[in-house]
Amino acid sequence: MTADRPGPADRPAPPLLEVWELSVRFGFGVSALGAVNGVDFRLELGETLCLLGESGSGKTVTMRALIRLLPPTAQITGRIVLDGIDVMALDDDGIQALRGTKVSMIFQDPLTALDPVFTIGSQIAETIVCHTGLSYSAARARALEFLEMVQIPSARRRLDAYPHELSGGLRQLAMIALALSCRPKLLLADEPTTALDATVQIQILLLLRELQRELGMATIFVTHDLSVACEIADRVAVMYAGRFVETGTIAEVIDSPRHPHTIGLFGSTVHAGTHDGLLTPIPGAPPDPSDMPPGCAFAPRCPRVAPACNERIPELTEFAPGRQARCPRITES
Amino acid sequence: MNSASATTERSARSRAGPWNAGEEDRPVLSVHELKKYFRLSGGLFGAARGYVQAVDGVSFSVSKGETLGVVGESGCGKSTTARLLIRLIKPDQGRILLDGQDVDGPNGISVRALRHQVQMVFQDSYASLNPRHTAAEEVSFGLSAQGVARAEARNRAKQVLDFVGLDPGVFADRYPHELSGGQRQRVNIARALAINPRVLILDEAVSSLDKSVEAQVLNLLIDIKNRLGLTYVFISHDLNVVQFVSDRVLVMYLGKVVEIGPVEKVYRSAGHPYTRALIASRLSMNPRRRIAAPPVMGDLPSPINPPSGCRFRTRCPIAEPVCAENEPLLAAVGDDSLHVAACHAMAPRSGHSLAPVPMSRTASASGA
Repeated sequence: MTADRPGPADRPAPPLLEVWELSVRFGFGVSALGAVNGVDFRLELGETLCLLGESGSGKTVTMRALIRLLPPTAQITGRIVLDGIDVMALDDDGIQALRGTKVSMIFQDPLTALDPVFTIGSQIAETIVCHTGLSYSAARARALEFLEMVQIPSARRRLDAYPHELSGGLRQLAMIALALSCRPKLLLADEPTTALDATVQIQILLLLRELQRELGMATIFVTHDLSVACEIADRVAVMYAGRFVETGTIAEVIDSPRHPHTIGLFGSTVHAGTHDGLLTPIPGAPPDPSDMPPGCAFAPRCPRVAPACNERIPELTEFAPGRQARCPRITES
Repeated sequence: MNSASATTERSARSRAGPWNAGEEDRPVLSVHELKKYFRLSGGLFGAARGYVQAVDGVSFSVSKGETLGVVGESGCGKSTTARLLIRLIKPDQGRILLDGQDVDGPNGISVRALRHQVQMVFQDSYASLNPRHTAAEEVSFGLSAQGVARAEARNRAKQVLDFVGLDPGVFADRYPHELSGGQRQRVNIARALAINPRVLILDEAVSSLDKSVEAQVLNLLIDIKNRLGLTYVFISHDLNVVQFVSDRVLVMYLGKVVEIGPVEKVYRSAGHPYTRALIASRLSMNPRRRIAAPPVMGDLPSPINPPSGCRFRTRCPIAEPVCAENEPLLAAVGDDSLHVAACHAMAPRSGHSLAPVPMSRTASASGA
């Protein structure tokens, strides 16, 4: 856990976001289930971190916990410092003010994330009025500016369109415009391209990359798709059962995945080269959160399991500068 | 008893399929000029406001033992085509032939007989299972409907569950909510296989699964196909998965077939600009060689008022006036008659400036 946190000497300015020992549990008392079990990371302005994992690995919960966007049954513990603000110490008004201004989020399904009874223009303008205090007409002008920035065709006409009148790709663009309308420093993106067609997906990914460069914000991008991470990420954190199991830059992780789970994900992914023969999937299924293995959560599915793996949860250790993996056998090979 | 022996007979027939060399090339399933328009009501007194041209004149055939991949963006009509194939919806026009016999035609076979031979697996593994049926009940239901005795149907269900990698001792009595997504999809596959079909239609069957589970199910599908000699129609929006499983691939755009051909040829040298854009929009898995510009802009136009002529012309980088006037027909790409595409730029004498000039002057024009 301390390995995640380089000494204060090597970085003079504090990073935009620092997270220590973040855990999220759902439910009450002894029956509470851990969705996220101790996650530490830091993020600089202009950087994109990809949280990569399968469903149930805790990637979305981790991201939502950063702005405490979780149901009241969730118990969030740990420390989150965003741009000098201690997120865990904020009261309800404070967190409300933080969302949308410093941090905003885009979701997988724009049709459920947008309000069906208001036009795109009024939803964006409302957000701007609420957070900046501009007049409604000025906010509407700014809404148009942002729709143009995300390259929505005939943006002026779309201001008065309702979400159901737009195609999936345009809706996602409208949601990105809404999220960026108060110029956040951190953008949280929860699988924003998963529901889209390949031709639209690449348009959105390219746009997000361009906007990030233009606006200089940091992005946390949740995805289950390695190839999406390849297009957008600077750094990757692979998650399994609520913990980081491997971190590194995207090139490092793609070139030499070290954790058996990451290697398994590669074997399972059909990419342009695979045509003949069979895939090498990971056997079995992810563990039940109410019945976690005592040691490494991946041990029951791991091809390299050793007796030590079942005894206690391995530490996330740094085996090369900026590269971490949670596997006791990582140093052997 | 009677129907039970009929089942075994059918099973013997389907297993004998791949070794029966004489029938190799005959199409198992073929469709001709299939058309389905959905009516949009809501006008005055429920008058039609228009028609969604979901499938508009689609023809293709699937040979015995092959996997035909169907790709296209959402809204292009791939799922409607799948539903038409198994007659979940009735086509407005066109014919479906199973072994050369018209389905629901004057001298053909009944829809019921079609569904004995053709089965379907859907995308949403949860919605397509009855929540009040256990896995064994679900799988044996089709057999019981065919008149197989209950105990025998249940035995057969257990065999099939075992066959798709679910231990019947553990899973036979589980309800859908007690199964994971991958296990549910295995039950769906088992249900489809229970009555010994010869053709499986897989409509985005692996799309909603996690990568590691998707790989398990894909391996299972390939294994089943090899063991039972099945024929697949594999519908997916994932171009990599289609390339991995298919022998031939069919590309759809706004209800029309724009290209059909052997998978490697289509992926390497596509004839239609839409296919090229689709293939170029696959992500590279290489963070050092990221895509710099989107291969095609915008979304699919509305299928209610599709563009005139070639339906892709509004997004096409090489569209010309002729594309708005005439609808392109499927024509051979290069000299391979198995690989066809519907693009004016491919068809000789179409009036498109990139069209190949027939015979004598081909060499000078091919550079364009």
